[in-house]
Amino acid sequence: MPLNNRVAYYPGCSLEGLAVEYDVSTRAVCRALGLTLVELDDWNCCGSSPASLYDPMLSATLAGRNLLLAQEVHLDTVMTPCPGCLKALKGALKTRDAHPEALAQALGRPLSERVHAISVLQLLYEKVGPEALSQVVRWPFDGLAVVPYYGCLLTRPQTVAAFDDPENPVSMDRLLEAVGCTVADFPFKTECCGATSAMTRSDIVARLSGRLLDMARRLGARAMVVACPLCQQNLDLRQAQVEKAMGTRFGIPVFYLTQVIGWALGLPAQDLGLDKLIVPANGVLPARKPPEPSAS
Amino acid sequence: MRIGVFVCRCGTNIAGTVDTQAVAARALACPDVVYATELVYTCSEPGQQEIQNAVLTQRLQGVVVAACSPRMHEITFRRAVEKAGLNRYMLEMANIREHVSWIGQDKAANTEKALDLVHMAVAKVRRNEPLFGSQVPLTKRVMVIGGGVAGIQAALDCADAGLDVVLVEREATIGGKMAKLDKTFPTIDCSSCILGPKMVDVAQKENITLHTATEVESLSGTIGNFTVTLRKKAVYVDWDACTGCGLCMEKCPSKKNPDGFNEGLATAPAIRIPFPQAIPKKAHIERSACRYFTTGKCRVCQKICPVGAVRFDMEDRHIEENVGAVIVATGYDLFDPAAYGEYGAGRYPDVITGMQFERILSASGPFGGHIRRPSDGREPRDIVFVACVGSRDKSVGRPYCSGVCCMVIAKQALLARDHLPEARCYVFYMDIRAPGKNYDEFVRRAMEEYGVQYIRGRVGKIYPKGDRLVVQGADTLLGAQVEVEADLVVLATGVEPARGAKELAEKLHISADTYGFFMEGHPKLKPVETNTAGIYLAGACQGPKDIPASVAQGSAAAAKVLALFARDSIATDPQTAYVAEKVCIGCGKCLTVCPFGAIQWKTLRDGTKKAQVLETVCQGCGLCNATCPPKAVQLRHFTDDQILAELEALCA
Repeated sequence: MPLNNRVAYYPGCSLEGLAVEYDVSTRAVCRALGLTLVELDDWNCCGSSPASLYDPMLSATLAGRNLLLAQEVHLDTVMTPCPGCLKALKGALKTRDAHPEALAQALGRPLSERVHAISVLQLLYEKVGPEALSQVVRWPFDGLAVVPYYGCLLTRPQTVAAFDDPENPVSMDRLLEAVGCTVADFPFKTECCGATSAMTRSDIVARLSGRLLDMARRLGARAMVVACPLCQQNLDLRQAQVEKAMGTRFGIPVFYLTQVIGWALGLPAQDLGLDKLIVPANGVLPARKPPEPSAS
Repeated sequence: MRIGVFVCRCGTNIAGTVDTQAVAARALACPDVVYATELVYTCSEPGQQEIQNAVLTQRLQGVVVAACSPRMHEITFRRAVEKAGLNRYMLEMANIREHVSWIGQDKAANTEKALDLVHMAVAKVRRNEPLFGSQVPLTKRVMVIGGGVAGIQAALDCADAGLDVVLVEREATIGGKMAKLDKTFPTIDCSSCILGPKMVDVAQKENITLHTATEVESLSGTIGNFTVTLRKKAVYVDWDACTGCGLCMEKCPSKKNPDGFNEGLATAPAIRIPFPQAIPKKAHIERSACRYFTTGKCRVCQKICPVGAVRFDMEDRHIEENVGAVIVATGYDLFDPAAYGEYGAGRYPDVITGMQFERILSASGPFGGHIRRPSDGREPRDIVFVACVGSRDKSVGRPYCSGVCCMVIAKQALLARDHLPEARCYVFYMDIRAPGKNYDEFVRRAMEEYGVQYIRGRVGKIYPKGDRLVVQGADTLLGAQVEVEADLVVLATGVEPARGAKELAEKLHISADTYGFFMEGHPKLKPVETNTAGIYLAGACQGPKDIPASVAQGSAAAAKVLALFARDSIATDPQTAYVAEKVCIGCGKCLTVCPFGAIQWKTLRDGTKKAQVLETVCQGCGLCNATCPPKAVQLRHFTDDQILAELEALCA
């Protein structure tokens, strides 16, 4: 295994609970594609929105400690599937570049300039790529109509994210095409799903997520594909609430990108956590023969 | 030597943070300084008079003026000392404004630094020698680069005054961006009706030599005597024979090629005349579209041409033109809206640019002047205009205002309402910038008489809904999000430097700003000059400009050239390199580094080879001086002795 295929893995809190299927499918897909994920030992919460709102330095310190853990095991690339965690990690990197001494003092050690953070989408897009991915697909989707939904954080703000077009990203489109999906030009791919307003103003989430599901349906999509635990929660877990508020029925399953890729690679359903989806995937995922034992 | 030092207060510009009195008093301690004083405004008439009086009464042989940058007033003070009887090169300036008072607040430290600079200037002037330029004859011929409206105006004005003009245009026709426009603001007169006659004038003036499909390769020489190498691109048609009959265009089998003149909204044959009013009205072949060039078979145009003008074996050729001055009028290009992924330009056929809308409006455009959507040819009912696409937006590297788009939008919306009285027009804008004569009144007319809906706010997203488009934006006056359903969206793309502007600036030895707009000599007082003598600017190559401003600059640049050519000879700059032959070892390094070819071999009677500087060609850059191993090449006015003396004064 070449050294550059080893990547530090920071799952973050969501992937231990609500988004456990994102965690297992990410691990399974990376393993199948020859990428070795090294989970950071003793990682901690990134601080999420509360820490950054309370004190940016606290946020940088919490996220920075995780980056430091990667540095200590000589890994420069830290991958996290959660865009919220990614934003916190990139915030720490910005602090490192702007105020290196202050961060080094808070962390007790300087953080190397080589350490950087990426999403699982960027990892799959840049390290594997659509071309190579299409070569290893065992069960292509045969034109399943899907829409990719990137959410608000993955590519923005551009100066921080530094990946893909901030307003019209296409990396997930290309990966989904590579596994045989028909990808509609989804105009709301970076519009807001309502995010954390779910707790306090579920009516806002019903309206905003409802708009996304409505557009997906109008484009003939049979599934949505996401890369963010919070988006997935609003669109999948709350889909019944949205349907009730809008007086309609969508029945659109909401997959993580890694679940879709994993299915096309022939990974077993239990490795992809498909049973965790609220809106059932039955009838959308094409039938396939049980994979041979060597598949995973 | 008897030296006088004059320390300028520059009102409070210098005296505010430099103790000018102390500088003058302490300058008296410098060797050879016999007189020192401070003055309130040294550049004023009384200030210059004081210097001249002191030169006479104190019998001064050298003068140091501690004031602003020499770029500002060195010429002024050189003239002043010359009037008092000194050679103009017996003056040195110490820049204690831009280099001291404007950049530091610590008065004590500033005063010390100002004094250091004065010490250095004194050390230098002690070693200055009187220098004398010679007179060389002028080539009274001018080259205009760029055949848009600014260049056309400059060429016609120069030609009217009797000058020989060489007009160079890289496209196959002159006319520039203005030739593509339908109507012009604020009078709604037809663009081609007011530009066309000027284009014809260019073709008919006997003293204008027109080179279209031609690019500048290089420029050498100095003010009064430039040599410009041009590359005449192969057009594959003998223009001396071509009559512009257009038969080849009819018969060409490769018809479905993007038509650049119509901004890609129409197709054109591989062999084409760009548009009916083109000057010169001659056909050329777009090589990438031509069947003969891509497949090796066809030659239909060659067989059909009644005068046998098609030449598939034509090649680019180089020509040289000798001119005394150059006017650069290379115009602008428009921002590529693909940078805004959220607007979908390029993905949605009915999201178009302002220039594409001009072609749609034009009677010679793709739809014969009827407003239709590119996607299905339907008449739009709702048209949305989006301002500032690639203007005033740091995130796309275009923080400046393009200046013309507000008026272009008002004109286009007004014309759209005029063509389609049933259509509704909406404009999303940030601010309305309409400061020209009758401009704001024009925008008001669009709003009040033509009922164009102005919405103050940015557009965040454009997406298709059925066969229409939804424009999602903010109304910052209502403080609300708004959505407008539209059939056609027009993006007012911003102005950027013409492609290749930076490379051209290098070839012409002029400067360009970070975007590639050419730098004027002074932002207020030298708007059409550059910092390279004899090279002038006109139009949007210097920054975004509308037609009236471009035309005014074309005439202004012509006036500068006429003033230059009012004399018969020009004084050369004596600050050139020279070779101390006894020291020269004949290594030839200076010949290889000289960017101007100003050094040549000279064979002495005993057969040894020495370097020799051609003083009329030398630009005084100093590269040879820095390169010469035994320091045989010296630069007059900047000799090694002079520079070392300055350093010694600084380090003392």
